[in-house]
Amino acid sequence: MEQLIPLYVILPLGAAFLIPVIGRFIKGFQKTITSLVFLFLLALSIKFILNGINEPLTYKIGGWEPVGNIPIAIYFVLDGLSIFMLCIVNLIAFLSGFYAISYIKKYTAENNFYALFSLMVAGMNGVILTGDLFNLFVFLEIAVIASYALVAFGIEKEELEASFKYQVLGGMASLLILFSIGLLYWNTKTLNIADIATLIKAGTYNKILIFSQLVLIAGFGLKAAIIPFHAWLPDAHSSAPSPISSMLSGVLIKAIGIYAIIRLFFNMFAISHEIALTLTTLGVLSMVIGSLLAIGQWDIKRLLAYSSISQVGYIIMGVGIGLLILTTNGNKAIAALSIFGGLFHLVNHAVFKGLLFLSAGAVEHRTGIRDLKKLGGLSSKMPVTSSSSLIASLAISGIPPFNGFFSKLVIIIAAIQAQYYWLAAIAIVISIITLAYFLKLQKYAFYGKANNKINNLKEVPFTMCFSMIVLAILCIGLSLLIIPGIREAVMEPAVNTLINKANYLLIL
Amino acid sequence: MIVYLLCFILFLVGLFGVLTKRNVIKIVIGLSVMEFSLFLFFALIGYIDKGIAPIIVQNIPNAKFVDPLPQAMVLTAIVIGLATNAMLLAIAIRLYKKYNTFDIRKINSLKG
Amino acid sequence: MNGMTPIVKKVTQLIVGLIFLYGIYIITHGHLTPGGGFAGGAVVAGSFVLLVLAYGSNILKLKKREEGSSVVESLGILLFTVLAFAAIFIGTKVFFANYLPKGVIGELISAGVIPLYNIAVGIEVAAALFTIFLALVIYKEEVLK
Repeated sequence: MEQLIPLYVILPLGAAFLIPVIGRFIKGFQKTITSLVFLFLLALSIKFILNGINEPLTYKIGGWEPVGNIPIAIYFVLDGLSIFMLCIVNLIAFLSGFYAISYIKKYTAENNFYALFSLMVAGMNGVILTGDLFNLFVFLEIAVIASYALVAFGIEKEELEASFKYQVLGGMASLLILFSIGLLYWNTKTLNIADIATLIKAGTYNKILIFSQLVLIAGFGLKAAIIPFHAWLPDAHSSAPSPISSMLSGVLIKAIGIYAIIRLFFNMFAISHEIALTLTTLGVLSMVIGSLLAIGQWDIKRLLAYSSISQVGYIIMGVGIGLLILTTNGNKAIAALSIFGGLFHLVNHAVFKGLLFLSAGAVEHRTGIRDLKKLGGLSSKMPVTSSSSLIASLAISGIPPFNGFFSKLVIIIAAIQAQYYWLAAIAIVISIITLAYFLKLQKYAFYGKANNKINNLKEVPFTMCFSMIVLAILCIGLSLLIIPGIREAVMEPAVNTLINKANYLLIL
Repeated sequence: MIVYLLCFILFLVGLFGVLTKRNVIKIVIGLSVMEFSLFLFFALIGYIDKGIAPIIVQNIPNAKFVDPLPQAMVLTAIVIGLATNAMLLAIAIRLYKKYNTFDIRKINSLKG
Repeated sequence: MNGMTPIVKKVTQLIVGLIFLYGIYIITHGHLTPGGGFAGGAVVAGSFVLLVLAYGSNILKLKKREEGSSVVESLGILLFTVLAFAAIFIGTKVFFANYLPKGVIGELISAGVIPLYNIAVGIEVAAALFTIFLALVIYKEEVLK
């Protein structure tokens, strides 16, 4: 089974470079090959989860065996957390790619869109799988440069300006990450993550390591859009085409931002109490400021983009509470519960934010308007879009029995058990504010008086409906993850690799 | 020690360019100068005292080489920097056609 | 755009072949001397760009989109992927391994499959840089009209 691990990177890369060559001659080649590739990778991920991951599977690229206990190859590591993230990425990629089959018809360069889309997914898969620091940087750059081009895909004024802003800020963040990798290499003379973990465990307080940790928080924090590094996100996510918005907001900021932070901070570094406190504070700030800024927005996609900042704050707060408990040597069960809440909210947010962006794109596809004051009364003419958008809004606000309720409940219970009462209170208040602005979105966009200037309103085509219906079913279906039987199979391996650091070192 | 300080000063020169210049092309050049300072830092990390260039020739016995791994990393990073610059310049040219100006203070139609 | 003065055109005519040959030398000797795929590819692209700059794009009758060089770029990467994939079927059956015989250090034909990778990367980088240049030239002509 280990031989199949590099397929996650080879297949999207091969598709991305076959499309310009063969897509000229055969019409419709690009749509079928991307859908088939992502469907295959999704089936492979589900098969890996059903087999169960007890200890991490590794694959050494090129077959270079360690020389005298020093690892010299680039490792691809598949453990509980990696397979969990790979499932999410490939699921949202398949559904967004399927949605894009109808949506992209209004642009002209369809070949380039699918090639860049496959390249972005190849980069994200590479970041999740890799066990080597510089390889992480290379795959991160592949994914991010493809996303720069995709944000500016329809070449209007706002899209170009948003892409330029995104590129300059993202470029500086990549430079900070490269600088931190340089500092780590200078100290430990190796690039393998597990090897650095053994070397850092032996040493103690070191000023250069703490500096490199702070630079890494700044660099990856900008990719994950944590306050105060969030300035690019509202422009970029609202100006991109809708399937790209759902990919960016749903998986890109998590796969290259949050995943990289939690992999490096839990499994590689020896955390001190102050760094954990910094991370949790940034999470709480993101939660509060993102919500407060979202209330006053009148553009659908800008409101959803600010709401993304807020929900990412929930995830970082959940993970940060677990980190705080681990550094003060508290109760490991509470840390496990808090990290479980954070990861559960990660998968939930990918599903319902993806669905919200896809339904906003459906509204824009039919009416051409994104301003909330000019829309209204769409629920009678577009039943699928409005009902799936209603389900996603209820899920993100935390209404039972949808999945958002259970993940927020777990985070709040873990905060109360760890005696951080203020954080639990803030989480509850922000959840109520989230409900407020999503009710505003629903009222102005779908219910209320109809705007008579919009004519020939029909439902959107079949491929767009299919993606939205599947995601809406998942919104209810994912709340089954709280049941102890399914939780053991899916989430426990992911949480275990973060709590027990020694599990990751088994790959050496 | 002083070489690392000069590297940092080059980084600050690039940062000054990104932060204060108004022309879009000058911002791109400032970002490029920041990248080059990082490449210089990487090449300096691998230096071992009295080492020679890491190329194996047939009949020179065991010589002391400098570390070749940062040099490989710098080559890869240069290619990535090239892709970033090409992307930025393509967007800058199209931005000129839409807004008719290169001044970054006038390109602000996205607010709020 | 128009070309340059006749002196530049004549000197370019004499030199561009030598630059191309130098680029190919850097690519193929990548396992013996510094350079390799990327640096050699950049020099080869430089020779093409010099040709377009000196003679002007009017002579070349550029089409609306840069098709030929884009296809060559994709073919370069596909060659790389096929070579890496072929490692699964030959030799140690691991992806991306080095499966041809490694000869004596310092000969031109040695070090396994690395010279072939260098050639694939060289073709790809030269085509990619030339495609970027053509895209900017064609776009400039559309803007000026």
